Amino acid sequence: MMDKVIIAGFGGQGVMFLGKVMAYAGMGSDLELCWIPSYGPEMRGGTANCSVILSDEEIYSHVIDYADCAIVLNKPAYEKFSPRVKPGGVLVVNSSLAKLESKRDDITVIEIPATDMANELGNPSIANMICLGALIPHLKLIDFNKVEKAMTKLTAKRPQLMDVNLTAINKGLEFKNQ
Amino acid sequence: MEKVLMKGNEIIGEAAIRSGCKVFFGYPITPSTEVVEYLSAHMPKHGGTVLQAEDEIGAINMCYGAACTGTRVMTASSSPGVSLKQEGISYSAAVGLPMVIVNVNRCGPGLGGLGPAQSDYFQSTRGGGHGDYRTIVLAPSKAQELYDYTMMAFDLADKYRNPVLLLTDGFLGQTMEPVVLKERPEAPAVDRDWVVDGARGREKRVLASYSLTNEIGEANNLVWEAKYKDIQEKEQHWEEFYTEDAEYLLVSYGITGRICKSTVLNARKKGIKLGLIRPITLWPYPEKAFLPFKDKVKGIVTVELNTGQMIEDVKLSVECKVPVHLYRRQGGMLPTEHEILDYVENTFGIAAREV
Repeated sequence: MMDKVIIAGFGGQGVMFLGKVMAYAGMGSDLELCWIPSYGPEMRGGTANCSVILSDEEIYSHVIDYADCAIVLNKPAYEKFSPRVKPGGVLVVNSSLAKLESKRDDITVIEIPATDMANELGNPSIANMICLGALIPHLKLIDFNKVEKAMTKLTAKRPQLMDVNLTAINKGLEFKNQ
Repeated sequence: MEKVLMKGNEIIGEAAIRSGCKVFFGYPITPSTEVVEYLSAHMPKHGGTVLQAEDEIGAINMCYGAACTGTRVMTASSSPGVSLKQEGISYSAAVGLPMVIVNVNRCGPGLGGLGPAQSDYFQSTRGGGHGDYRTIVLAPSKAQELYDYTMMAFDLADKYRNPVLLLTDGFLGQTMEPVVLKERPEAPAVDRDWVVDGARGREKRVLASYSLTNEIGEANNLVWEAKYKDIQEKEQHWEEFYTEDAEYLLVSYGITGRICKSTVLNARKKGIKLGLIRPITLWPYPEKAFLPFKDKVKGIVTVELNTGQMIEDVKLSVECKVPVHLYRRQGGMLPTEHEILDYVENTFGIAAREV
């Protein structure tokens, strides 16, 4: 079993951190995994993307042509990565920053106003975690408990961040797709 | 044993520390910078020293100096930086200095780009600098191998008194994967009766490579030649993947070697008997790996990130008895597992049998 996930957005939206949360959740369950940031000049340009592969067997190729799932945090990320989701896959779209006129009908598209929801929670920078929450039910190899454990580890130095992040993830989990 | 999540470049640094590397000289260059960054943070805590030199030439010559004292030493750079180091590597090879040189490849030529590439294969396996010398070259394909082969590199450097190159790329360098930080296997006892560490009470030793006469020059060359033959005999390393009944073979190393494993599995699902030879040492080239196959397989495809460099060694290894084709991407692009299989099917006209 394998979860191949692409995460994309603006620099500063917590794309890499979202990937790390998933990676550490996999690490906590002794899964094989890869966390792959986009690197090179584009890192300095404003768009950020990273991929995470979780697997219960050895990962050979870690070049993702088509992903099982993707989280896109803005419109440019949607344009770029929506075609890269496998038929039958899941695409989580931050609809606060990406209004869709049309969408693919061969994948599940979850439009979640994550930035608006994050603002309601009083912290615009946790839209990434709200999107993660919306994706969790569609992941084969990690669940909320594993993510919670990973978050504990990642926020060990600043425990006040743990509750903020977990609340956001729960908001995403509770979200009912239209 | 500790299992941690680390970036590829950092793994090289950690393995160097655990290999007893005590000094690192370098000059930062993307995409190898995390090696020096990690070592700057961690090596001093283990009694080592990290020094940023004025440039790559300075760094490699500092390695020369440290190696002369018998100290385990490493440098790391990326393609254009490694080109600058070639004079120093040649001098080090000429006096038999153990050192580890990490090349986190850029795609070239010139300043090039930061994407994954294998365009330095010729430079790495043919000596690289002036003069007729060789460096041992190791090609890791995943996090655990970055760790294991770094340790292996230090041991081989000591065993043969020769510079060893670790050839990797920025994609492996940036990827985080779990790695088991194995305790260091017992380092083989090595002969250190050549080091220059103060001559009081013993005869003076000189570590220099100038040959005053042609006769001395040839005698030196013969000594090095014998060493290289010995290494070629003893240190060919490779991995085989589904080769036993293979009708077709992929040959690929490093990151593409790993991608090819997925290609092989996909092919097998379609009933195509495809296997993979993944060279671990690029010099000495594992020509022994090809012995059982050169009269047996119908065709070979090398998968490379260059215009076709390793393909020459594959053709030599099979004595041109088997058709050898090239599938390549360049300039920082990586092939997917599927496009490699498409190429194999089209090249050999294989109609897939569903199984």
